[in-house]
Amino acid sequence: MEKKFSHYLKGNFFMQGDEACAEGAIVAGCRLFAGYPITPSTEIAERMARRLPEVGGVFIQMEDELASIALIIGASYAGVKAMTATSGPGFSLMQENIGLAIMTETPIVIVNVMRGGPSTGQPTKASQGDIMQARWGCHGDHEIIALAPYSVQEMFDLTIEAFNLAEQYRTPVILLTDEIIGHMREKVVLKLPNEVKIVNRKKPNVPPTIYEPFKPDEDLIPPMACFGDGYRIHVTGLTHDYKGIPKSVDPKVHELLVKRLCDKIRLNIDKIVKIDERFMNDAEIAIVTYGTPARSAIRAVRIARKEYGFKVGLIRLITVWPFPFNYFKKLSKRIKSYIVLEMNYGQLVGEVERCAMGKPVFFAPKLGGDIHTPNEILNLIEEVQKNVG
Amino acid sequence: MSAKNIHPLDNLLRVERLPHIWCPGCGIGIALNCFLRAIDELNIDMNKVAFVSGIGCSGRAAGYVNCDSFHTTHGRAIPLAMGIKVARPDLHVVVFSGDGDLFAIGGNHFIHAARRNMDLLVICINNFNYGMTGGQVGPTTPFKSYTTTSPYGNIEHPFNLVHLAAAAGAVYVARWTVAHPIQLTKSIEKGLKKRGFAFIEVIAPCITLFARYNKLGPASEIMTYLKRNSVIRNYIDPLKAEVNVKGKIVVGEFIDTERPDFISELYKLIEEKAGVKIKSLVST
Repeated sequence: MEKKFSHYLKGNFFMQGDEACAEGAIVAGCRLFAGYPITPSTEIAERMARRLPEVGGVFIQMEDELASIALIIGASYAGVKAMTATSGPGFSLMQENIGLAIMTETPIVIVNVMRGGPSTGQPTKASQGDIMQARWGCHGDHEIIALAPYSVQEMFDLTIEAFNLAEQYRTPVILLTDEIIGHMREKVVLKLPNEVKIVNRKKPNVPPTIYEPFKPDEDLIPPMACFGDGYRIHVTGLTHDYKGIPKSVDPKVHELLVKRLCDKIRLNIDKIVKIDERFMNDAEIAIVTYGTPARSAIRAVRIARKEYGFKVGLIRLITVWPFPFNYFKKLSKRIKSYIVLEMNYGQLVGEVERCAMGKPVFFAPKLGGDIHTPNEILNLIEEVQKNVG
Repeated sequence: MSAKNIHPLDNLLRVERLPHIWCPGCGIGIALNCFLRAIDELNIDMNKVAFVSGIGCSGRAAGYVNCDSFHTTHGRAIPLAMGIKVARPDLHVVVFSGDGDLFAIGGNHFIHAARRNMDLLVICINNFNYGMTGGQVGPTTPFKSYTTTSPYGNIEHPFNLVHLAAAAGAVYVARWTVAHPIQLTKSIEKGLKKRGFAFIEVIAPCITLFARYNKLGPASEIMTYLKRNSVIRNYIDPLKAEVNVKGKIVVGEFIDTERPDFISELYKLIEEKAGVKIKSLVST
């Protein structure tokens, strides 16, 4: 029997990635979850349904994913940190309102526990097939922030980070994980809110009479007044001016708005992006991966170094979006080749190719739900070493 | 501004945004006027009102009211409004939108919010067609009526919105036309005070499109028609509350009942599980 939940959990636990994600959200200050059951993300909803009332929060199971994301946007505008969790089919349904959250600069967190697609696909199998959908799923020019945990510990840590980024940049943040990490059980160290960094959105410090809800500060991010604060704000998905008033036929207003929405993220790529580099100091071959395949890649790289003496290193992208183009362009000058590992048929590899500066990029796809094995990766390293090394 | 230019409800509007986008003869302005009169009558602080609209002609109302307002994506006004209400139960959360937005693309949210007895007032402006996009057939377009996408007459049957709302579990259900401003205002006042899901359908003419395609006559004639051909039948079975654009329109209050509302149950649960009584999810 599991012992009764205390308000916050602290210390070592053995739990699923999905459960750790829920605990991370609670520590980050999330007090509202709206979602719709979908494998393999349902455990996040189930955990939240039990846990949120205990910490003075709200869980609501909605009629569909369209409603779930609409509800958390409303809640966030009422001043609550809110999230939803889903998988491929539900993520597809959420795209329109991810655009609304971007346009209205609403801090929300969306967890996508990826499974095999297209369509209903493989509900119980892992995939990284939604990487490009996370980037370009909703219409119009935009930037997005997406994080890819590779362990149960990171499901906890990066969920907190996702809330922090959402609050700081006033934008939706996507936690892109998959069935393996979501359902896997391993050790996780849970921390209390006062032991981690918590970011809260900045509030206006001017009276309602002169406040302009979408007028940015120097950092391109406007302070956020919430519903009920007395500021009487108007929020619309239409192109709007600093006051929030629709100006949908004025080309200049649209250009100014969309550029700012993109630039508030583009100009902060170095601050946002986190990369886990291993053995990269003298590496000639760089393995680029994110999320689950990194687990096999770490082992393969260790063996390749220790037993074969190959100069191979690992770049694990903790932040998948925004993509660190400059980092890779710089790196391309000193390494000989890239190996990209993804559990899909080729998505992020295209981004690596865009900044490989002519260096060969080898790609190891993986479809069907299984993970690359260390041996497969090792064989690939050997082959690449023969060709380029 | 000289005194003669001040309307008694100006303080409830973002006057700098006027004139509005609605056509001459449109009914949406009358419905909005009734809403504002109800707010005024009940002396509700506009800082405590959240006004949520979807997409369409009616959806533009959110831009004109002088309170916190959200102009959402098409069909999603109700779940977004729920998010606000759940977080801030102290606010009066009102959804003001059109028949296409609330009952076609957003129909699922409507029935589920009613089933939950979610504490919202939903005001639906029913003009029988999609006005913003040029007058297409919708879920309330009467059988055999003409629209741009039913050029040979509509072969589908419309929803009876009050029957739908009642069947889904709304605790307050009324229908008026824009020729009944007094009754409509009173209904909105009741809806604002109601705990749980309140629904008011407002029959409104779309002079530019639906009325023209169906040769219903000019605005003045339609208003007279709505007045003369409406029959008030309070508390009849909503199933029998017909809307016939060239015949009888049944109006009135059909449902006014009580059952446990979502917000009360939700906050009771939090109190029980968290061991503290809170009034909202944000510390104010």
